[in-house]
Amino acid sequence: MTETSTRTPRRSLGGQRRVSEKLILVSLFVCGAISIATTIGIIYELGKESLLFFQDPQVSFWEYITGTIWQPQAGSFGIWPLILGTMLITVIALTVAIPIGLASAIYLSEYASPRVRGFFKPALEVLVGIPTVVFGFFAVTFMTPILRDIFGADVVGFFNVLSAGIVVGILIIPLVSSLSEDALSAVPDSLRQAAYGLGASKLEVSLRVVVPAALSGIAAGIVIAMSRAVGETMVVTLASGAAPRNFVLGQDPWSYILSPFEFGQAMTGYIVITASGDLSYNTIDYNSIFAIGLTLFLMTLGLNSLSRRIVDRYRQEYE
Amino acid sequence: MSIEAPLRPTEEFYPSGDEYDKFLSRRKRRGRIVQMIFLLALATAVLALITLLYTIINDSFGLTAVVNETEPEEVVASLGYDPAEVAIEDLSFDELVGVLQGAISNNVGRRLEREQRFYEDRLVFETESVWAEICSSGEPPAGCDAAPRSQASVLQLVYERVVVPDVIASYELVPSLFAPEAFEEEIEEIFITSPDRFPDYTFDQVQFEWRAWLSWTFVTAPANSKPEIAGIRTAILGSMWLVAITISFAVPVGVGAAVYLEEFARPNRFNSFIQTNINNLAGVPSIIYGMLGLAVFVRIFEPFTSGAIFGIENDNGRTVVAAGLTLGLLTLPVVIISSQEALKAVPNSLRQAGMGLGATRWQTVRSQVLPVALPGILTGTILAVARAIGETAPLILVGAASFITSDPTGPFSKFTALPIQIFQWTSLPQEEFRNLAAAASLALLILLLVLNAGAVILRNKYSRRI
Repeated sequence: MTETSTRTPRRSLGGQRRVSEKLILVSLFVCGAISIATTIGIIYELGKESLLFFQDPQVSFWEYITGTIWQPQAGSFGIWPLILGTMLITVIALTVAIPIGLASAIYLSEYASPRVRGFFKPALEVLVGIPTVVFGFFAVTFMTPILRDIFGADVVGFFNVLSAGIVVGILIIPLVSSLSEDALSAVPDSLRQAAYGLGASKLEVSLRVVVPAALSGIAAGIVIAMSRAVGETMVVTLASGAAPRNFVLGQDPWSYILSPFEFGQAMTGYIVITASGDLSYNTIDYNSIFAIGLTLFLMTLGLNSLSRRIVDRYRQEYE
Repeated sequence: MSIEAPLRPTEEFYPSGDEYDKFLSRRKRRGRIVQMIFLLALATAVLALITLLYTIINDSFGLTAVVNETEPEEVVASLGYDPAEVAIEDLSFDELVGVLQGAISNNVGRRLEREQRFYEDRLVFETESVWAEICSSGEPPAGCDAAPRSQASVLQLVYERVVVPDVIASYELVPSLFAPEAFEEEIEEIFITSPDRFPDYTFDQVQFEWRAWLSWTFVTAPANSKPEIAGIRTAILGSMWLVAITISFAVPVGVGAAVYLEEFARPNRFNSFIQTNINNLAGVPSIIYGMLGLAVFVRIFEPFTSGAIFGIENDNGRTVVAAGLTLGLLTLPVVIISSQEALKAVPNSLRQAGMGLGATRWQTVRSQVLPVALPGILTGTILAVARAIGETAPLILVGAASFITSDPTGPFSKFTALPIQIFQWTSLPQEEFRNLAAAASLALLILLLVLNAGAVILRNKYSRRI
């Protein structure tokens, strides 16, 4: 028994353990803080290079946010042609994805038997896993030729916004459907049962009770999908062309400005095409992609926070 | 105050009899129709998936119209084999080198050997003395240090220099299967009506043969600017290097952050800021990460990413390590969030039991919580890796080289990656590059399928243990 008391004193052992524990805690904290460093890095780098861009004598901030011609060689830096490309593609994509995604979600959540779900759910998940560059290949080799067959090769250009928009739409269908389905299945069964009890049919229960109850979740999902479409790059680069659709308000007809059949580079497409050449630092081209990147970042950030606010403000808590 | 009796609807308000039946059947019919529409929408989504896969497979295989300078059979026959039994792919390394020696001039041979030598221990076209001289000169050619050529590389040389195939047209899989004659007629038609399209050939030289654009040769051959002999080995190796670096950065950091947030972080403002920030980062478009990578890893950290501080010579920081770290940052939020989910699923009783035995927080986490959460963390990691493999835009931003024919040899090499190849080939106008892009896409999808299957198996194997 006396031997035990000659062992190393208990206190120092505990102390050692605390020190290493502290070290581990600190390194774990550093891991967590790397995410903050990433955000700071993004904001700092985008901001710094954008500032250099706007300090360039060729560029004026006012022209950037109001100009409708993007022609770096001629010293015209108006962002609107690129935003137009992004917006057209996003609108077409949402026109494809919202009806199909939402209807799929209602079917999966309200109608489908477990067997049908077991077939369709994984298929949608496979769609999520396919790299976007493969979708880009699909847009160029399948969608564009088909559209040119349907509408005529003289109407639809080889590079066009419609093909890119439809394929981006296909790409975000799973996103819309899975987020909407989550929202729909979060609606408690008691609501459905109450409606059935009043004599409503399945369709009436789905469309007039469940969908309105889940509307905030569905809206949030659609906004997320929109943000995804805005940031989508490869499909847009490959299918919608390598030149921005410059226009002059009042001179070009709206039928040209808003035409889905014409080419129209998006913001992401411009960044990729400009960066894929040999880009040297501290040139106006190099700085310009950061200014556009910052615009893109702010747009997606805005959409993502909008989605979160929709959820926070309008979510109904069910017991 | 008198309570007013609710207005009772009059008899006419409610339909009855025939009218009632009609009303009911109309509602039912409408219900059925809308249900069909919903199902149709779902089927459309799946149809889109099927069409996509169909397009890729359709372009990956099919008939081709080829003109060879020398027929592969002649090459085999010249070595004394029966062409019916032995294919050119079956020839040994020495035989292939022999074929090359017989077919190309010494000058060309010397150039090829200077690019990359054939044998470790002997020279084929150069003499030892000249070789020693040029290797000790100021600018030694790449062949002095590089490893000798592989079987696939020599086979590609034989195709490039001896067989010299020229695919003048290709046909898709489905028409090739059901109407192969139409293709031959089409080509013959071209030779008759517009002979200027292929001025070097006559129709008799054209051979119609099946070609699997995705084949073992395609997977093992290095990149090349000629579509007939180009392969994706360089790109696959590049992608593997990228994944290795991405994993070794994102997994330790991501799991560490998740452990911190789930097990240690007190619910204060700062920690909830970290959490919100991670959720925000998950929604940032990948191209923005590419720009971050370009500005930080390629430019600011250039001495590190170009390998200069390790004594490696590179023009710039557009290397595997810069791209790998960029992809690491990109996948970090995904790894953190999925690891957090896995940690949340660990029952609290395990932690309490650990603490109750006198273990410290970290000891409990390390030996109780993490082992239980491991399958979930692994599944999330595999899915994050699957996402990283398919990313293209960030790689273009950090400067993956599009035409590079030498394999990456380490973290500080120039590289290309599978999605980059697909992007390049898709943006080229010639038909044959379309086939290559399809074949490379199919290879990428198969790779992803294997990874995802791995994740599913892991999930199913371990999910019941808790």
